[in-house]
Amino acid sequence: MSTHDPMSTAFTRREFLSRGLTLASAAATLPLFIQRSAFALPHAAPGMTSIPGVNEGNILVVVQLGGGNDGLNTLIPFGDPAYYKARPTIGVPEGRILKFGSTGLGLHPALRGLMELHDRGLLGIVQGAGYPNPNRSHFKSMDIWHTADTSATGLGWIGRYLDAECCGYGKGEGGRPEGGRPAAPDPQAAIAIGRDAPLAMQGAIAKPIAFENTDLFRWTGENVHSALVEPYKRITRRGVSDPADEETNAGFLMRTALDAQLASDRIRKAVAQRPLVRYPGGELSRQLQMVASMIRAGLSTRVYYVTLGGFDTHAGQGGENGRHAQLLTQFGDALRAFYDDLKQQGNDARVLTMSFSEFGRRVGQNASGGTDHGTAAPMFLAGPMVRPGLLGKHPSLTDLDDGDLKFTTDFRAVYAGILQHWLGADPKRILPVSVRPMEILRRA
Amino acid sequence: MTTTLQPSSTSPRRPAVTASMKPIAPHRFGFDQARHLLWRAGFGGASEQIQMLASWGPEKAVDHLLNYADIPFEPVPLDDFDSSIIRSPTAEERAAARRARRNGDEETLARLRARRQEAERNDRRQMTQIQRWWLRRMIETPRPLEEKMTLFWHGHFATSYRTIEHSYNMLQQNALFRRHAAGNFGDLLFAIIRDPAMIAYLDNNDSRKGRPNENLARELMELFSLGVGNYTESDIKEGARALTGYTFRDTEFVFEESNHDDGPKTILGRRGRLDGDGFVKAILEHRACAPFIAGKLYRYFVADVPTGRADLDAAADAAVRELSKALLASRYDLKPVLRKLFLSEHFYDPAVVGEQIKSPVELVVGAVRSLNTPVRDLGVLIDALALMGQNLFFPPSVAGWAGGRSWINTSTLFVRQNTLCYLLTGKKPVGADAAANAEKYDPAPLLAGLTRADPSAATDPARVIDYLLRLTLPSPSQARRDELLAFVDSLGGRLTPDVVTAALLLITAMPEYQLC
Repeated sequence: MSTHDPMSTAFTRREFLSRGLTLASAAATLPLFIQRSAFALPHAAPGMTSIPGVNEGNILVVVQLGGGNDGLNTLIPFGDPAYYKARPTIGVPEGRILKFGSTGLGLHPALRGLMELHDRGLLGIVQGAGYPNPNRSHFKSMDIWHTADTSATGLGWIGRYLDAECCGYGKGEGGRPEGGRPAAPDPQAAIAIGRDAPLAMQGAIAKPIAFENTDLFRWTGENVHSALVEPYKRITRRGVSDPADEETNAGFLMRTALDAQLASDRIRKAVAQRPLVRYPGGELSRQLQMVASMIRAGLSTRVYYVTLGGFDTHAGQGGENGRHAQLLTQFGDALRAFYDDLKQQGNDARVLTMSFSEFGRRVGQNASGGTDHGTAAPMFLAGPMVRPGLLGKHPSLTDLDDGDLKFTTDFRAVYAGILQHWLGADPKRILPVSVRPMEILRRA
Repeated sequence: MTTTLQPSSTSPRRPAVTASMKPIAPHRFGFDQARHLLWRAGFGGASEQIQMLASWGPEKAVDHLLNYADIPFEPVPLDDFDSSIIRSPTAEERAAARRARRNGDEETLARLRARRQEAERNDRRQMTQIQRWWLRRMIETPRPLEEKMTLFWHGHFATSYRTIEHSYNMLQQNALFRRHAAGNFGDLLFAIIRDPAMIAYLDNNDSRKGRPNENLARELMELFSLGVGNYTESDIKEGARALTGYTFRDTEFVFEESNHDDGPKTILGRRGRLDGDGFVKAILEHRACAPFIAGKLYRYFVADVPTGRADLDAAADAAVRELSKALLASRYDLKPVLRKLFLSEHFYDPAVVGEQIKSPVELVVGAVRSLNTPVRDLGVLIDALALMGQNLFFPPSVAGWAGGRSWINTSTLFVRQNTLCYLLTGKKPVGADAAANAEKYDPAPLLAGLTRADPSAATDPARVIDYLLRLTLPSPSQARRDELLAFVDSLGGRLTPDVVTAALLLITAMPEYQLC
């Protein structure tokens, strides 16, 4: 397979999707993703690309650190005396910091897991990620990161990617292809672990699957009486609708119901597998373990989304130890276990993980031993294919904007890099701004 | 009530769709038509309501829904909510903040910040109370069309709390939509350019003479009245100038003369020293306006076009043309237009009936109203609506909710089914933190329409199932009937309340239950 010329491959992703749709109209009773799989080659087959050099099986995992992670106590500029001056009690002692050579920068000691990934060449750190005219409201700033638009409005950046990749977004009003119903996207293209689907994944057409745990991604009526289980399966698997009425809403609903039930079965089965490695405790760890199981089960999902909250450390955030340190431990250890698992599976090279937070925190600590809402902060990129080490420039601790860091990398350049280099999509068609895609992958 | 079940919902060879906007003949207006009318012009109804409307005949039924102002109902309780949680700072407060910033007085600044954050928290809490208030109103109203049109305008003039962060302005806008619900579109358009929530949402408060902000001017034409392609970039620029100075302070519209550009302008071919009203007049005179609004009303009440069915799409085009003519003839009064639509033969065509995907609000409100379920916890229902994609007062963008098939995907379908399960049984519908609710659902009132005439029917599975199917599904099939009868049989054949509830669980989990 490795000698296969990518340009001569029979199906590009776009072709395969449009063929899937042609078949869909011919066979109304098949669920959508089974029709697709009729044309789908095994995942990660080299050469399944729409852009040469980009693997069709690539997966993106987004880790959202909610609440505003204190970037300066994550990637610590200990070499700058201004750091200890601004943070007399929450500053982390230099001797404890996990240093990057002589850069004067290092990771918080709680991030041992991340440092291990770094030492294995699996970690890239984008420094000073932010955007112009930073907004310090959690909601607004989170929406800005989700939409990639500083007006904090519009569709999600991942949603727009899925729209563009699977349904011809932008051809008509509201993402509707000219002259007809919107094309049906792959129902499993995006999965978010969480109560509701993040704005980032909302497209005009593409909508993610979202569930907090797989018990909720199913019909709860089954819990009412066991006699309901079989009739329920029958009513969702055998429709009332005449197959000739494929174009009716009734037919559409029948197929979606069937999709939902099959996806539910498949995802629940996937997640029930025992993981190949031991995961630490904690919410993020639980979520990443589920994602690893779904990847192992070979779902067609391109983007997974997980979240860890609690980073809004206005008071008593601690320094070397304490609340913030505990969150960082959870983050680093979960990510390390996740990549150990993926490596055992043989899927690690297919998975790129990106973490972000809606903002960093102010440079100076406040009177309550915490930090208030700030601006730029580091983003982490993990995976065997990422360009390892420090990327971009660390923001100055003295050239500030009203007590806040000035961002050095527009986060949308990171998105653009991921879209173009990892997902093989054209960022110009997806992002609302034009930015130069960051080089986020190692050179081949 | 007798029931005729069809072998299958539709057959491959179907009769042509009628485009006739002539009134439906009274003898063709029965239970199924009244049920359809109640779903589309409202949120569905209980069997007694359906039977009453059917007995009245089409004209009286439609007029009853349209002339809702004659039905007494509580006014919007504006005074129950706090209008000043979020308010502009007083002159002294501003001076104190300036001073603190100048002197680097971190303590005062922190206190001010804390006070603002506290107000924001309180305002978010009030927003959830307003959400619940509206949902309850939709469930309880004796004037369903009023709420249905209020919801229509909320999606049409979509404004989100997420952007404006002012709950009372959202409530005021909601009251405005209700005031003009089935009133006059022109009046509403004149009012919307003075609406604080809209002004804040589309940045018109930042629009000044010399540097106009084009956001409101653009959307006023693109999304609210004419549609893309019916105006030029120059119309937007000139329209934005006309709207300069239209701003608000807290909860009041303010016209700031000094910020208004009163120079000559040309908008959509109309010339003069136009202000916002002149701009709106130019819009209302434009030939694209009536067809645009007629088309939106059609998609909301009749069908999500284009449907992909050529005959239905052609009939829809013809119907929209007729509605558009009616809108012009009435000078944008909506009632005559809605009356024409709700009485038309086209509205009751089999291709139209039962082919609309319920919006999340229609699903939830309709379930409570038509099945008489307990309301249980409004907060849980609001959360469920958000998970289904329709968070009230938080439309996804200025374009509103896309509607139709965009409501449905594998995740939202489970949420829909599970929310019905919650209403019927109290089992947790969504996230694990939603509390279960123990109130027992009593299906007896639902069956009253069947048992009043013949008490013995309550023990006859076939009659009960037929009755339930006809109440809940637009065109129930024989296969569904057989499945349910087999299910009742498997539980011993006795129709206890639990068995009826379980049968309703299966019915509401059927994909076609999502249709109305």
